[in-house]
Amino acid sequence: MIGLQHYLTLSAMLFVLSIVGIIINRRNLILILMCIELMLLAVNFNFIAFSRHLGDDTGQVFVFFILTVAAAEAAIGLAILVVLFRNRRSINVQELNTMKG
Amino acid sequence: MYNYYLTIVLAPLAAAVVAGLFGKQIGRAGAHWITILAVGLSCGLSVVVLKEMFWGGALAENIHVYTWAVTDGLRMEVGFLVDRLTALMMVVVTFVSFSVHIYTIGYMHDDPGYQRFFSYISLFTFSMLMLVMSNNFLQLFFGWEAVGLVSYLLIGFWYKRESAIFANLKAFLVNRVGDFGFILGISAIVMFTGSLDYADVFGQADSIAAQQFEVFPGTPWNAMTVACILLFIGAMGKSAQAPLHVWLPDSMEGPTPISALIHAATMVTAGIFMVARMSPLFELSETALAVVITIGAITAFFMGLLGIVQNDIKRVVAYSTLSQLGYMTVALGASAYSAAIFHLMTHAFFKALLFLAAGSVIIAMHHEQDIRKMGGLRKYMPITYWTALIGSLALIGFPGSSGFFSKDLLIEAVKESHWQGQGAVYWIAYLSVLLGVFVTALYSFRMFFLVFHGKERMDEETKSHLHESPWVVTVPLIMLAIPSAIIGWITVNDVLFNNYFGDAIVVSSAHDVLAHIGESFHGSLALLQHAPQTPVFWLAAAGAFSAWFLYLKRPDIPATIQSKLSGLYTLLDRKYYFDDLYIKGFAAGGRGIGSFLWEKGDQLIIDDVIVNGTARSVGRLAAVMRQIQTGYLYTYAFAMIIGMTMLLSWLIWFR
Repeated sequence: MIGLQHYLTLSAMLFVLSIVGIIINRRNLILILMCIELMLLAVNFNFIAFSRHLGDDTGQVFVFFILTVAAAEAAIGLAILVVLFRNRRSINVQELNTMKG
Repeated sequence: MYNYYLTIVLAPLAAAVVAGLFGKQIGRAGAHWITILAVGLSCGLSVVVLKEMFWGGALAENIHVYTWAVTDGLRMEVGFLVDRLTALMMVVVTFVSFSVHIYTIGYMHDDPGYQRFFSYISLFTFSMLMLVMSNNFLQLFFGWEAVGLVSYLLIGFWYKRESAIFANLKAFLVNRVGDFGFILGISAIVMFTGSLDYADVFGQADSIAAQQFEVFPGTPWNAMTVACILLFIGAMGKSAQAPLHVWLPDSMEGPTPISALIHAATMVTAGIFMVARMSPLFELSETALAVVITIGAITAFFMGLLGIVQNDIKRVVAYSTLSQLGYMTVALGASAYSAAIFHLMTHAFFKALLFLAAGSVIIAMHHEQDIRKMGGLRKYMPITYWTALIGSLALIGFPGSSGFFSKDLLIEAVKESHWQGQGAVYWIAYLSVLLGVFVTALYSFRMFFLVFHGKERMDEETKSHLHESPWVVTVPLIMLAIPSAIIGWITVNDVLFNNYFGDAIVVSSAHDVLAHIGESFHGSLALLQHAPQTPVFWLAAAGAFSAWFLYLKRPDIPATIQSKLSGLYTLLDRKYYFDDLYIKGFAAGGRGIGSFLWEKGDQLIIDDVIVNGTARSVGRLAAVMRQIQTGYLYTYAFAMIIGMTMLLSWLIWFR
């Protein structure tokens, strides 16, 4: 029987994976965007798991919202990425350090 | 009379403005004509006013002209109080000013600042008239500061000379000390009475005298004593009384006409006039009078001594001015206000005369002022010689001259002034003025003999150019010589004994020494016949004789005395070390404190430690903090996650 704890474990694994992806990835900005999406999905998993567990549909409504916002956000993120590439001819994370103090 | 007063005051102001602002347009002749006409007009009208007061029976007038401001019940006004005291001062001021204006044409003939000079002296006349005609303390203060300003400008008239700049700064600073006392005195008056108007204040004099005032906590002083001493400190600054006298000898850096007008005849007597004007107040405080008489006595005697060792012709006259101002102050302290004003008047004439004569000599000598390099000028400059002789005789109080009447009666008044509680002060004052007579005669005739008699010690070049000064110089000399010679004879009875000043000068009956003298006064002639029986006469004669013996008969003796008494000579030559004390003590001390606060307080503590120190420590902190800011996205993300984790952990476990 697959219970709540399995879902939560999966979700936590996805979340940690995405964090690790953000931190150890030193090359591609697209990967970071994808990791963020993955992170949001991990959160969605949690919502759905708890919604089902508690018998409350509100969590699933939230998931729809989050998916919508995530899609919009991905679009904006990619757009920024395109502009960035045009300006700097690179999307290498290692080179994006203009904020260095 | 109202229009007269306005014209008297405003004509010199208008002329000063025109000559000052449009000097280029109206030219040199224009500048001297307009100012001389304006001051002449003032002088003429002043004489009319005096005549009306004296013979026409005109009463004192207290005229309100303009209200400047009213604040919290304190009215600040412009107004004229013209009584007999004022009328006398107006005539003295405008007459001397008029003479000096004419004289200036000759003296400043080649000076590039000709128009500027005329503008200044006209402005001075305006300021001095505002001072003497004022009917309230504020206008008095205005005039007081305005004459100080013009004095400052004129001492530094030759502003390219280092010494002139030093002298005018010195005069300005020393006067600030006096003026500080003066403004405190006025503030005290306002505090006690709530009014600036003379009439109001004098009306409340008794109530001030009844009050106590704690200058230092726990020691109550009579309010009147406090106010009067503060006002007198102002007079000490302006009238150059010890120890605030140091500026006057240095003020001789200015052109000679202003030495005559400002630093001998009029401005320096403003303090004397002010105390006489405040007689209703000073009469109520014997302590203040004792202070006045002591300061005056010290100045009269010790400053006279300095005149003996000076070699600059103008400085000799300057020290004699100090000494004579001391005499006037002594008279004020002895409650003989009329005698002080009388001596002020005669002194204004003969001292202006002496200064102008000295100026005439200086012109002839091509601006050489050292009397050791003069001598025998008598045959080259007869008019200057005779007028200077009249001036010197008046100064030493030769019987019959104006100085005789004023000084003799002044000393007589001091002699009579031993009322209750005077004690030692009385003897100091009496001895000082008495010995001062000898000293006065000695230095006056020392200068006179060294300049006009004896060997001709100037070089050949100067000698070949020696001649009498032009008429614009000699006419003022003669104009001043006449009153110097005769004014005492004519006016002594009226000014001193016939209650000429009326209500203008108040003397309490216990102090009224002049009334006491008046009982035994039987006219000028009787006084003259009495002269050989007084010590004053013989002291003056002894002084003049000593001068003759020491500087004409046996010119080798002074040098011997000088080497024998070198300690005393050095003391006198260094002017009792007052200048050294002020310059090395107060001025250098002030600069020391200033540079200490500047270098240590401002530069080190405020600039370096506080301001720059803050910036430096922020910088150091930032240098450390900067290491965290790598600029890489993942670092920030990592930081966010760590933060989030910590926040959540805290929420879960510690809440």
